[in-house]
Amino acid sequence: MGVTVNGVEHVREVEPRLLLVHLLRDELRLTGTHWGCDTSNCGACTVWMDGLPVKSCTVLAVMADGRSVRTVEDLEGPFGLDQIQTSFMDCHGLQCGFCTPGMLMTARKLLDDNPDPTDTEIREAISGQICRCTGYRNIVAAVRHAAVAEALGRGDT
Amino acid sequence: MTGTVGGCAGPGFGSVPRKEDGRFVRGRGRFVDDIALPGMLHGAVLRSPYAHARIVSVDTTAAESHPKVRAVITGETLAARDMAWMPTFSHDVAAVLATDKVRYQGQEVAFVVAEDRYAARDALALIEVEYEPLAPVVDARRSLDADAPVIRDDLDGRTGPDGRGNHVFDWETGDEAATGVQFARAAHVSACDLVYPRVHPAPLETCGTVADYDRISGKLTVHATAQAPHAHRMLYSRIAGIPEHHIRIIAPDIGGGFGNKVGMYPGYLCAVVGSIMTGAPVKWVEDRSENLMSTSFARDFHMHGEIAADADGRILAIRVSVLADHGAFNATAQPSKFPAGFFGVFTGSYDIAAAHCRVTGVYTNKAPGGVAYACSFRVTEAVYLVERLVDVLARDTGRDPAELRMANLLTPDRFPFRSATGWEYDSGDYPRALRTALEMADYPALRAEQKERRAAYERTGAGTLTGIGMSVFTEAVGAGPRRLMDIMGLGMADGAELRVHPTGTAVLRLSCMSQGQGHETTFAQIVSHELGLPIDAVQVVQGDTDNTPFGLGTYGSRSTPVSGAAASVAASKVREQARQVAAVLLEVAADDLRWDVGTGTADGGNFAVAGVPGISVTLREIALAAHGGLDLPDGVDGQLTASTVYNPPNLTFPFGAYVCVVDVDPGTGEVDVRRFVAVDDCGVRINPMIVEGQIHGGLADGVGMALMELVAFDDDGNHLSASFMDYLLPTAMECPAWELAATVTPSPHHPLGAKGVGESATVGSPPAVVNAVLDAINVRHADMPLTPAHVWRALQGRPIRPDIAIR
Amino acid sequence: MQVPAFFEYQRATSVEHVVALLERFGPEARIVAGGHSLIPMMKLRLAQPELLVDVNDLHELSGVSVVDGQLRIGALTRHAELLASAVAGEHFPILHDAERVIADPVVRNRGTVGGSVCQADPSEDLSGVFTALRTVAVVRGPDGERTVPMREFFRGPYETAVAPAEILVELRVPLRPGAGSAYVKVDRRAGDWAVAAAGAVVSLGPGRVVTEVGIGLTAVGDADFTAVEAEDLLRGEVADEDAFAAAGAAASAHCRPVADQRGPVDYKRHLAGELTVRALRAAAARAHDGTT
Repeated sequence: MGVTVNGVEHVREVEPRLLLVHLLRDELRLTGTHWGCDTSNCGACTVWMDGLPVKSCTVLAVMADGRSVRTVEDLEGPFGLDQIQTSFMDCHGLQCGFCTPGMLMTARKLLDDNPDPTDTEIREAISGQICRCTGYRNIVAAVRHAAVAEALGRGDT
Repeated sequence: MTGTVGGCAGPGFGSVPRKEDGRFVRGRGRFVDDIALPGMLHGAVLRSPYAHARIVSVDTTAAESHPKVRAVITGETLAARDMAWMPTFSHDVAAVLATDKVRYQGQEVAFVVAEDRYAARDALALIEVEYEPLAPVVDARRSLDADAPVIRDDLDGRTGPDGRGNHVFDWETGDEAATGVQFARAAHVSACDLVYPRVHPAPLETCGTVADYDRISGKLTVHATAQAPHAHRMLYSRIAGIPEHHIRIIAPDIGGGFGNKVGMYPGYLCAVVGSIMTGAPVKWVEDRSENLMSTSFARDFHMHGEIAADADGRILAIRVSVLADHGAFNATAQPSKFPAGFFGVFTGSYDIAAAHCRVTGVYTNKAPGGVAYACSFRVTEAVYLVERLVDVLARDTGRDPAELRMANLLTPDRFPFRSATGWEYDSGDYPRALRTALEMADYPALRAEQKERRAAYERTGAGTLTGIGMSVFTEAVGAGPRRLMDIMGLGMADGAELRVHPTGTAVLRLSCMSQGQGHETTFAQIVSHELGLPIDAVQVVQGDTDNTPFGLGTYGSRSTPVSGAAASVAASKVREQARQVAAVLLEVAADDLRWDVGTGTADGGNFAVAGVPGISVTLREIALAAHGGLDLPDGVDGQLTASTVYNPPNLTFPFGAYVCVVDVDPGTGEVDVRRFVAVDDCGVRINPMIVEGQIHGGLADGVGMALMELVAFDDDGNHLSASFMDYLLPTAMECPAWELAATVTPSPHHPLGAKGVGESATVGSPPAVVNAVLDAINVRHADMPLTPAHVWRALQGRPIRPDIAIR
Repeated sequence: MQVPAFFEYQRATSVEHVVALLERFGPEARIVAGGHSLIPMMKLRLAQPELLVDVNDLHELSGVSVVDGQLRIGALTRHAELLASAVAGEHFPILHDAERVIADPVVRNRGTVGGSVCQADPSEDLSGVFTALRTVAVVRGPDGERTVPMREFFRGPYETAVAPAEILVELRVPLRPGAGSAYVKVDRRAGDWAVAAAGAVVSLGPGRVVTEVGIGLTAVGDADFTAVEAEDLLRGEVADEDAFAAAGAAASAHCRPVADQRGPVDYKRHLAGELTVRALRAAAARAHDGTT
């Protein structure tokens, strides 16, 4: 199979039963993507596949054959951190850091689609992802913070 | 960075961003399952499908012939190494791999070591175990029945004073006679049966390890999800017979703990044995079902409480009896002289003349544990009990719950306060906290709105009902004074070591271990506060037993109260050593030097000669000199380094007042938590941002436990909450935007005045939510979790018993 | 982490290819689309298919459109697509009501409409929705295409009328101008399966008389997810609170819930009635009786 991960194409022989999360973590050693359950409830394993957030514990690696995958490791660009990463740090949107990569990937997609989400829209967007540390308030604040910062960056008023 | 918090001015303290975040937002944290060592093998555990069964035979032949399997470990394998049983934290033993019987569903029966994790899982299906099913004990209330099956026949009649087979302990506290006197003179007595059901900490990262035994050196390195690395090292040594100095425990980044990662689990030990047997590193990481089914649960307290008051609503006494379900092995992780943890603080925040409590612990065919999930050693259960009882009393006597509380709260002049059960509360101002919370919530307006909504509902039969619930809690954290508190004989004092390098940066080595609390930041702030160094100039080392001093680890909100104090003391010692060096440098008497902490620049603080302007030397200059050729007087060591072991004189007693507002749909039983106001007082706040984050998380725990979290079992002992589809955790949709405020009442005995806060909100919030829901539906009591079904049934006057399966 | 047992994998290139593979491998072959029901079952090894046929490349099975007086929903349409479909929401707001409460947004990016109904989980939301809407399922197999009314589609928990060598390709909902529809669900938490849920579609004539009605029930034990008795009671009546209450009572009386950790039988029975009333009320409020 061949899959493009964070812009790099990887060709691998894999068992059909290999889960995408294990391809990323064990084969490609991209361990930023975590897993916290087996039932697609916690969202720690969220990555993008063909531009959409998916739970990589419930996608077979072979199902990603010919597709593109984006993980948390790709958020930081040549000019520094993505705004959503900076905002999570500024707003204390993380504690143990385990759910953070999945939250970041979902939040990034939300802001790409909806640059000015309400708090309720943010809460809905991350409702498939469990955080045991923050009680979500600062995650919501971080996404709002990023939205405002990006609007300022674009010169929106 | 400077800050002024709680009267503590100077560099260091304040809401600074966390040092650890840079790696986490990049996906560059290093958690146990991220570790890949050369030649590493993978372990998987075969677990019992039965709650109670005799093991007739275990056949591993087929599994062993799997081409990728390198070892299969059974109870028999371990028995040959005298490792089939291990000591627990509570003077009991627990099976590592079952040899005689299985005693709960999900108990460990065999362990496979294979070349990859998929093969290890495949091989589990090849192990044939013949079981002879036995009747299980599922209902704790039936566990002491004469005809109840005996779970711990391995103890051979050593359970219980009168031969009651499933009896673990009886424990009491308080003065029964004095309590009886108060009840006899009371104008009013309210009684209530309450279950604090079994819940689970469920950190997002499950438990796991990579065990690496070096056959040549005889050294064992264990990378593990360990909240208490040093205590774990001693246990590995005791159980596996490896000398303690040959064992190195490394806790990497931990994805949440909440007490779940305090315990010693069979998987850890099996990975060690697997590594010894194969000569290769062995990784074992639980799946979510294994975590929920077999690792430390929390609570499972069946309580009967009585509260007595005089005719004016003055609370006189509280009397409690508790049945505590400890599961199949007594493995509660708590100070060993406290079999019911710190439940003894059940008199709460009130001025109560007398109290008495009796707790009976029992075995059932369920996983062991009981003390976990940010509970501060069962203060959670105590706070729930008293805050529910006070609400019941208010209802029974027609009083407003806020007024009743205010009339009975301890006033600031009573501190230090010795409670009726013997606890000395260090400091507090409870009325101020409650007043602040009620003002923030606008309590009178809420009551008015509630009335209107109820009237509208009664008029139209539609709409929602509003409920207002509150709790005023007193926590007891920072265990603890070593003469009173130990775990397996290890006194609960914490070491800390601080070294200032020649160039004026520093390294602080801690015995405790963060699981997300931000130790790398907070503890650097403590050193910064003491020495005037920039926070970034202080490296914090934790979680590696080869590189940190001994201590009991992070749980029970003890890091800041104990290790934080240790860090402060070590830094003070370094400062005093620096004074001696400065005296030599400046050729003055040490007593003539005045410390100025400065503004947090790279120079650090400085010593100046009293009365002589312009003559001073900075910590950075002192650090270099201390490492140089200076001729130091006798008794002053060169270099700039200090260590300490901090033995806390008492616990600290953080507190708070919470107000929760809910809307309940009586037609469906659905609850919406509309607002949650939390006023917390944890003494001096070193990093208020981190403190608030800790509180946010605990409030979400409270919403979770009050409304949805539950571990239940059916009649056969089958676990009904074995995945995140069935063990429900709150999402962002169920959590409101928490409204926080702080009051600051410093601890008089902590060097920084800090009290610890990690568990305050988990402890304090469940009764506020439950009180709010019951207030909305005008029901005297119903047990958690108040799912829509529970709420609706409570409204019908037929509440659901939560600890057994819904029929 | 739980991991599946061995299986073979084929990515289908056409519906014909799917059918050929299913024929060749028999009942040990399973179709996978979103995989959010099947893959967790495979990890638990409760499902151990020998072959997985991946249909995710069959874009012709995806999409929402109106053709010949029907709303056509391809079986491979993702939940998120149906939720985002303006044409679906315009004709049948019940679809958006339901999609909004199915699992969570990330799962909805992947999970498919066809996969959900073919899983036939008794708590699955769309099953009751499509029976309420009197949807017709289009199934293709070795003998070509056939249609199955949704009310005959479900054969019991996790069993459908789709034969082992067949694949569901499309759902066709007859348009009902002026009809109103709604879905109401009670769950213990966002993203949880329904404790109970009800969907209703109501067509009104002059005087707000109910000319046609569909009522679907989720998670209360009706094998066909339909409250037929309640529908019969309501048809021809004026759409008012009394009529809704009577329909709710009928739904409550005729459902067959079982107790589980989501709730006891009496509560679920109560919800069947209460939610039927609420769904009817909301659906009727969205309906036009043609006079205004």
